[in-house]
Amino acid sequence: MSAFFAPFLNKPDSVSQIMFKVLLALIPGIALYVWYFGPAILVSITLASITALATEAAMLKLRDRPIAPFLKDNSALLTAWLLALSIPPLAPWWMVVVGTAFAISVSKHLYGGLGNNPFNPAMIGYAVLIISFPVHMTHWITPHGLGQVELSFIDQLGYIFGGALPPNVTLDAVTMATPLDTLKTHLHLDEHVNQILDMPIYGRLAGQGSEMVAWGFLLGGLYLLASRIISWHIPVAYLGTLLLTSGIFHLADPAHYVTPLFHWFSGAAMIGAFFILTDPVTSPTTQKGKLIFAAMAGLITYLIRAFGGFPDGIAFATLLMNICVPLIDAWTQPPVFGNKETKP
Amino acid sequence: MRTLHKFHGGVHPPTHKAESTRTPIAQAAIPSKLVISLHQHVGGRAKPIVQVGERVLKGQKIGLSQGRQSSGVHASTSGTVTAIDMQLVAHPSGLPDLCITIVPDGKDEWIEHSGADLKNTPHSELRHKLRKAGVVGLGGAVFPSDLKADAHRHKITTLVLNGAECEPYITCDDMLMRERAADILSGAELLRELLQAEEVLIGIEDNKPEAIAAMKRAIQDGRHERMEAIPVPTMYPSGGAKQLIRILTGIEVAHGVRSTEMGVQCFNVATAYSVWRALAHGEPLISRVVTVTGNVERAQNYEVLIGTPVNELVALAGNKPDTDRYIMGGPMMGVNLPAATVGVIKATNCIIAMSDALFPPAPPALPCIRCTRCADVCPAELQPQELYWFAKAKEFGKAQQYHLFDCIECGACSYVCPSHIPLVQYYTFAKSEIRARAEEKRNADRARERHEFREYRVEREKQEKAEKLAAKEKAAKEQAIKTQLASESALTETGAARPLETVQPEAALPKE
Amino acid sequence: MLSALLVMAAIAIVLGAVLGFAAIKFRVQGNPLVDKIDAVLPQTQCGQCGFPGCKPYATAIAAGEATINKCPPGGEEGIQKLADLLGVDPIPFGGDTQPKPKSVAFIDENTCIGCTLCIQACPVDAIAGAAKQMHTIVAAECTGCELCVAPCPVDCISMLPIEEQITNWKWRYPVYPIQAAA
Ligand code: SF4
Ligand code: SF4
Ligand code: SF4
Repeated sequence: MSAFFAPFLNKPDSVSQIMFKVLLALIPGIALYVWYFGPAILVSITLASITALATEAAMLKLRDRPIAPFLKDNSALLTAWLLALSIPPLAPWWMVVVGTAFAISVSKHLYGGLGNNPFNPAMIGYAVLIISFPVHMTHWITPHGLGQVELSFIDQLGYIFGGALPPNVTLDAVTMATPLDTLKTHLHLDEHVNQILDMPIYGRLAGQGSEMVAWGFLLGGLYLLASRIISWHIPVAYLGTLLLTSGIFHLADPAHYVTPLFHWFSGAAMIGAFFILTDPVTSPTTQKGKLIFAAMAGLITYLIRAFGGFPDGIAFATLLMNICVPLIDAWTQPPVFGNKETKP
Repeated sequence: MRTLHKFHGGVHPPTHKAESTRTPIAQAAIPSKLVISLHQHVGGRAKPIVQVGERVLKGQKIGLSQGRQSSGVHASTSGTVTAIDMQLVAHPSGLPDLCITIVPDGKDEWIEHSGADLKNTPHSELRHKLRKAGVVGLGGAVFPSDLKADAHRHKITTLVLNGAECEPYITCDDMLMRERAADILSGAELLRELLQAEEVLIGIEDNKPEAIAAMKRAIQDGRHERMEAIPVPTMYPSGGAKQLIRILTGIEVAHGVRSTEMGVQCFNVATAYSVWRALAHGEPLISRVVTVTGNVERAQNYEVLIGTPVNELVALAGNKPDTDRYIMGGPMMGVNLPAATVGVIKATNCIIAMSDALFPPAPPALPCIRCTRCADVCPAELQPQELYWFAKAKEFGKAQQYHLFDCIECGACSYVCPSHIPLVQYYTFAKSEIRARAEEKRNADRARERHEFREYRVEREKQEKAEKLAAKEKAAKEQAIKTQLASESALTETGAARPLETVQPEAALPKE
Repeated sequence: MLSALLVMAAIAIVLGAVLGFAAIKFRVQGNPLVDKIDAVLPQTQCGQCGFPGCKPYATAIAAGEATINKCPPGGEEGIQKLADLLGVDPIPFGGDTQPKPKSVAFIDENTCIGCTLCIQACPVDAIAGAAKQMHTIVAAECTGCELCVAPCPVDCISMLPIEEQITNWKWRYPVYPIQAAA
């Protein structure tokens, strides 16, 4: 803002502060993650952060833009954290690096950098990884106390960077499929929902451990709502639709369809509702548009979870809806002051 | 208790009003010279009617209103006209405009003046007096008050008096209401009479309890009927005319609609005061209350002669040495002054001395992250981020489709933008570009029409000439034949040889 | 997997239908091209494009006989408008054709001999006056085409560029280079 044209005042608020608060809001979830699954996630978050900052700097340099103000805006860090949180912590280091670098360089900077990317960069990174390395993307750490063996932090580091496990330990012994994935596999074997949920990997509402992480993200999300970083529209519409659709199926056929709460606290539903779908750059700007956007994303998530080929559907739901954002925005322009009856 | 309505959005910038309300309004000294702009109002620039070297009296008319929408300009004190030329004025362009410079003689000698017989003067005459007295809206819009005090045959139910004063730093209306409430109300009665309005609602932001109390007391003391001073919640920009009308009556006046069509009219409290002075005392608008604040020792309100150079005014309040620029108006919508020497105009409600320490420049702008904080605060319920996008890409058609012209340039969006984008500047740019293009188009269309008409005319003249020639030839031929025939003495001429009148379809052509 | 494919297919069909509908609904009705081109030309009628006026130039462009960079009064912006309208790339001015600031003609009234030659030259009838009487330009109608300058036998017509004043001042495009924050 120039000093020569009004307004001469600015609210002390900045992109970097907003992004910083979002990062802050992720911390309860991450803390619980570490508690239940060990510190490996911190390694991938650090790795992703470094990669993101380096890629951001390199791209800014290539595009001949000033580096400092953009590096300070914290948006690359947020992309990095979200991506790291959506892939298995034990993923080999190069996967994290490739995914993050791709997210920042291609899906952010090739589209024009901050504010101009139509797709959520973290979700693009995720999609690229799950399509390119599907097997690696299924090895999730078994939560604390459930596996036969537990890897020490040193062993985890060894695996992430060297790909080697300690002797006598197989990969299957320390990892497992996600609760959503397991559910799907067992449903395909014609097992009953209650029977499946009795397996030790399930906790009170959903996956053992992962449900607690979801609580953490919910907590962070509520903080974002309270501090007005995000508006209620997207989380409410998203979780609401998820609740509604899964509720209908569950009521109709409880033997084959799990409860809405299971859906809420499984996979990336919570982090998606509060942190991923709410990315301002890639979501609609009108309130009505936000509701439609999130409701559709909720529906697609459920359809993919219940009937699709992938265990979780948030990434694809997000990306699919990202495409529709300009259209949704154009169609949901609210009437302006004085024109309430006649819509524009 | 009256139910108040809300308008969408709004912001709460720090108000900084306490600084300038500690002392009563002071009379500013007569300055060393007055630079009086002839264009202090919306509409046509006034025409100078004095000569260089002429002695003028206080209140003497020096600029004659031109055109239907215009207003008179007067000498603010007695003295000698020393120049009528282009001077820098308080305008965002920083370009000069025609001004009359007067060197005061210190006698402050009034021209003969007297109030009107308020009971028996017809309304049209009163309105004419307002125009002659140069009374314009003092809230900043400077629209000629005579035109606004005309209901245009619409039934006016509510006259809104705007004492909200929502902009930070400004306190001139606050102090005026505290000190001169009775005169304001008398002015309001006159306006009510001119508009044939039923009730008068005075909206005052609730951060001015003294002003509210003073106005309430004056309403009681003056036994004003159907008049109410109403505290409204402090929220920028509740002092926008449309916003205040909405708060007090619930009516939303859309862009391009006259509020009178919806039965409301809105005047600033200071305007009501000037209306009273002009009609009851015959005093033209030659001074106003101005808040001098910001980077000064003693922020205060002054009664200032129009034309007083800003630097002389600020000096009264004790300018601090690190002041490097001045703005006229508040920090949200004010104008950066091109020089400290420009004269105070009728729109000057506040002068803020600025320094980097007091108003740190904003950090560099980042791209829009579509966070919609701007849309959340926009009182016109626009989507500023979309407007910004279109204005930036110069997609003016789109910008208009997204209601660019409904923007009241309040600056709330720029204020909250976390990317520190100078949004309002993009809108003013787009608006002025669109207006210029429309003008260009009008000119081009007119040129095309005139050109086509000319071509048609040339063509017609050619044709006429040709026909005349043909007729002449024909006549000559006939003459020849006639002579021949005559010489043969066999036949007589028929009357059919006269050339036909050319049809003139001129009337069917478009006239400019 | 099959159901996922079905879901995707359904979404694709719906979106496709929407786009198709929008394409039909928002299709622009075609005007004759010449008129459209003429509408974006500045109507200065100066003939600097090598054609006897804007309309003939428009006709030539429409027929593909002239390039879009021939109109100096239109400026770069005019080329851009034509390029947008015709869906071609803008080309810069070349050779002697250069954009000019808009101006108005001014007749030095002391020198004018009232010969009416300029009146005959003016394409928009913007000069008032009769034989043997002093002529004046109606500035509001003058397009600044300069066609009256050459015919004047006493060289009393000059072109004055229109200066920026408060009345025709425009807000500038905000330019703030993003500098590295200090
Ligand atoms: S407040 Fe600024 S960054 Fe946010 S949407 Fe509006 S213009 Fe964009
Ligand atoms: S300046 Fe215009 S767009 Fe911005 S908040 Fe005010 S009215 Fe809305
Ligand atoms: S050069 Fe002159 S005549 Fe030709 S199109 Fe441009 S304005 Fe019209």
